[in-house]
Amino acid sequence: MPTVNLPSVLTPLANGLHTLDAVGSTVGEAIDDVARRFPSLSPRLRDEHGAPYPFVTIYLNDEDIRFIGGFGAPVQPSDELSVVPAVAGG
Amino acid sequence: MTSVMTRPSHALVAHPLRCASCGRSHEAAPAHVCPDCLGPLEPVYDPARALPDRTELAARPRSLWRYREWLPFTGRPVRCLHAGWTPLIDAPRLASALGVSRCLVKHDAGSFPSLSFKDRVVATALNAAQAFGLTVVGCASTGNLANALAAAAAREGLEAWIFIPHDLEPAKVAATAVFRPRLIRVRGTYDDANRLCAQVADRFGWGIVNVNLRAYYGEGSKTAAFEIAEQLGWRLPDAVVAPMAGGSLVTKLARGFGEFLDARLVHGVPPRLYGAQAEGCAPIVGLVERGDDTLIPVKPATIAKSLAIGTPADGLSAARLIRSSGGWAAAVNDVEIVEGIRLLAETTGIFGETAAGVTVAAARALARSGRLSPDDEVVLCITGNGLKTTDAVSDCLALPEPINPRLSEVAAIVAHQAQSTPL
Repeated sequence: MPTVNLPSVLTPLANGLHTLDAVGSTVGEAIDDVARRFPSLSPRLRDEHGAPYPFVTIYLNDEDIRFIGGFGAPVQPSDELSVVPAVAGG
Repeated sequence: MTSVMTRPSHALVAHPLRCASCGRSHEAAPAHVCPDCLGPLEPVYDPARALPDRTELAARPRSLWRYREWLPFTGRPVRCLHAGWTPLIDAPRLASALGVSRCLVKHDAGSFPSLSFKDRVVATALNAAQAFGLTVVGCASTGNLANALAAAAAREGLEAWIFIPHDLEPAKVAATAVFRPRLIRVRGTYDDANRLCAQVADRFGWGIVNVNLRAYYGEGSKTAAFEIAEQLGWRLPDAVVAPMAGGSLVTKLARGFGEFLDARLVHGVPPRLYGAQAEGCAPIVGLVERGDDTLIPVKPATIAKSLAIGTPADGLSAARLIRSSGGWAAAVNDVEIVEGIRLLAETTGIFGETAAGVTVAAARALARSGRLSPDDEVVLCITGNGLKTTDAVSDCLALPEPINPRLSEVAAIVAHQAQSTPL
């Protein structure tokens, strides 16, 4: 099953875990699975409209999901999703 | 000008932080995002702090630290004491070419020590590292920041981990590697290197200047605005044109001009801010033109590699500030970028890098479209040196065939020129 990697700033919302297993065949399904199990993490993954939370970027393996279909991008069991704070660089 | 500065022994303390999104306060820390909402953190300044007047400022050493009350530290800085105070150069021939009343070049292409405006942000970032006791620093860079951080870290004896896209200009790679940092070339774009660096900062706790030291790093850019105001004789120009990569420079210019207005060191209205990007990587220009709040990321494809950030962290802020200032933004193609480099060189004697070409070409486009007025006094922020990106222009510069060292051959050339360009 795909895994979801969290940055340290979000681990308090996931029982201190950096890496979570997720169930789902798309990015959105995997993210929603994690959000269901850790409800306080949910608003840091999707905004109130269900769109990606604006202060994080989600990567499927090495690719920003915005370039590959967003939450609809398919995921394989061996894939890694990484949640990274968006405010960086420049 | 004083060339030797001593290092005072006062303890340096970084200012506390506040989230620019939710407003919550946080202790000073090597942290760039709010633990509550993940919004960007900014340093907090005591509004009641004593501020210097023009006379006191003018008497201080000529570095960016002359504006230390507007930089995020208590106590005297101990690192990068010579950064800043680059010339503001009148450019009448460029003004004529652009069709504006007056043009001045803020010449950060001559910045000490690494020939770009990134020396400013590295100066504040490394003092933050000092305040937090961090001895390992790093960055993700499109080149100029790599140069600046590697140089400063070498001088300060710090271990530096520098992440760059694998395909940077050779001069920028050499001008980093010569300082012997731990250089990591990433197969991918700047955005890939930046994402990796964010994960590195999280894993290893190093002081990544544009990640977890970013709140302090960005403040260094304000000093360009302070210098422009002081060098103009304590007043503000009508307009400022700046290149945009992550968008931070534009936001910090706005902040800097605003802070000098608040301090009554200058009067009048803030300058209109104009942003410049390459067509092959123009997500912030898109935001300005559309007027919405949805940044559309791009995969960069431009010769202006120093501006090739497809997911700019400060894009939304920059676009909002540009529009609210009354300014605008423009994107130019690679041919126009080279034309911009050459126009700057041929009219000012300044050789800027590709980002300078973007800035000059965008200024020309903005003037032609009427966004810049013929009455305007315009400052162009030239942020990097052309010696770092010579490949961009070398193919279009027609070099003459060599001659024998004979006067007759020179005379023949002179005669030929006289025929081809009659007076």
